[in-house]
Amino acid sequence: MARNIRKPAVRKQGSTTPARRVLVMVATRKGAWLYRGDAARKTWRAEGPHFLGHIISHLVLDPRDGRTLLAAAKTGHLGPTVFRSTDFGRTWKEAAQPPAFPKAVDGKEGRAVDHTFWLAPGHSSELNVWYAGTSPQGLFRSVDGGVTWQPFSYINDDPQYRTWMGTVQDGTPDGPKLHSIIIDPRDPAHLYFAMSGGGVHESVDGGRTFTPMVKGLEVVGGFDAANVTFHDPHCVRLCPTNPDRLYQQNHCGIYRLDRPSEEWVRIGKAMPKRTGDIGFPMVVHPRDEDTAWVFPMDGTDVWPRTSPEGTPAVYATHNGGKTWQRLDAGLPDKQAWWTVKRQAMTADASDPVGLYFGTTSGELWMSRDEGRGWACIARHLPEIYAVETALLA
Amino acid sequence: MRVLIPSALRSYTERSEAEAGGATLAAVLADLDRQYPGIRFRMIDEQDRIRPHIRIFVNGEQVRDPSQLLRATDEVVIVQALSGG
Repeated sequence: MARNIRKPAVRKQGSTTPARRVLVMVATRKGAWLYRGDAARKTWRAEGPHFLGHIISHLVLDPRDGRTLLAAAKTGHLGPTVFRSTDFGRTWKEAAQPPAFPKAVDGKEGRAVDHTFWLAPGHSSELNVWYAGTSPQGLFRSVDGGVTWQPFSYINDDPQYRTWMGTVQDGTPDGPKLHSIIIDPRDPAHLYFAMSGGGVHESVDGGRTFTPMVKGLEVVGGFDAANVTFHDPHCVRLCPTNPDRLYQQNHCGIYRLDRPSEEWVRIGKAMPKRTGDIGFPMVVHPRDEDTAWVFPMDGTDVWPRTSPEGTPAVYATHNGGKTWQRLDAGLPDKQAWWTVKRQAMTADASDPVGLYFGTTSGELWMSRDEGRGWACIARHLPEIYAVETALLA
Repeated sequence: MRVLIPSALRSYTERSEAEAGGATLAAVLADLDRQYPGIRFRMIDEQDRIRPHIRIFVNGEQVRDPSQLLRATDEVVIVQALSGG
């Protein structure tokens, strides 16, 4: 029981200054921005826009070298590609071979990548390996730092997986997505990914085989939870200090999974009834497996997917989901109908942890104290698709 | 032949016109890609289909089939179209 007692919220003066400065990477529907924080994370300097007018689904810094940025991009007119920078965005070079499905054999209908949605650096022992998830759902891998990409594993063309993926009409409004690509920090052959729609999947053999992992997850009423097709995981995260624990924000609630169990537990039932446990992002603490954060959204009636009652709040658990605490100090207390997408909320690795989220209405917010107080970093940005952080050397 | 390049693709060509050769539209686009690597995939998907918001005109007539035969005197116009706000 003692492990579930929340750590003291108050820390000694002087312990709040992060040792390394934080870089916040913001991907939007109209370009990308980098924000550099001062040592105390109080003031932020904007760099950008990069790729003004491009739809940037994800912008990620490689933690293995601390300098390679990959950006998943397309425009309203042009097809999808990936850009790469090794100088923090001063110059960008396009991938020589972006993620693309194989050309269909004669007479068959082939798929085309509409956009690369998710970028994930590979295991720390596999330098230059990256994974990408696309819309429509596809899994891709690069072994040269994102310069060339190839379809990865068998799932892109496997009849069973294609059934679970469904058609373009079965996905989110801007296309069904493969996301939440997770590499076990203990084992590069142990992988997870999730699909909206199409469930959560695990491989223990480096992608040679994948197995659905949907036990315990609920689906929309009237549908069969045993059918992987009907599962809609919104965001899955693995705890860095306990890779046997995963948290998930799903279309139908918030869940936790402790391996080797294969059954998800709906921890969102402990959320206040008026708030519910619907949302998109899921954020885990970099050092505490019992702490995680969500950003609830309204999943009633016609599913507005905005902050319940127009009062945005982050909710935190410090005991693995047994209880939740509302964190809204500094956030608007009325008439703020925010939506935060699944990639648009994250944490840094400082102590105390910084939290960040971006809204579809173009506001970037952060907390220097693990959610107890919030401040706006930027307003008037385009629709924010993704927010990531890195600690700079 | 002369190929007019829309603004969205000038990051590749750095100008509004290019010269490319080939007996078909597909061959002309392949020649463009040889000169400006990556440009073709932004217009043509991996199934060799013209992307939804790209239109290609030859001598003022829209061409939907990349196998369309072309002559050296033809003028190809690539247009970015109808992608919303």
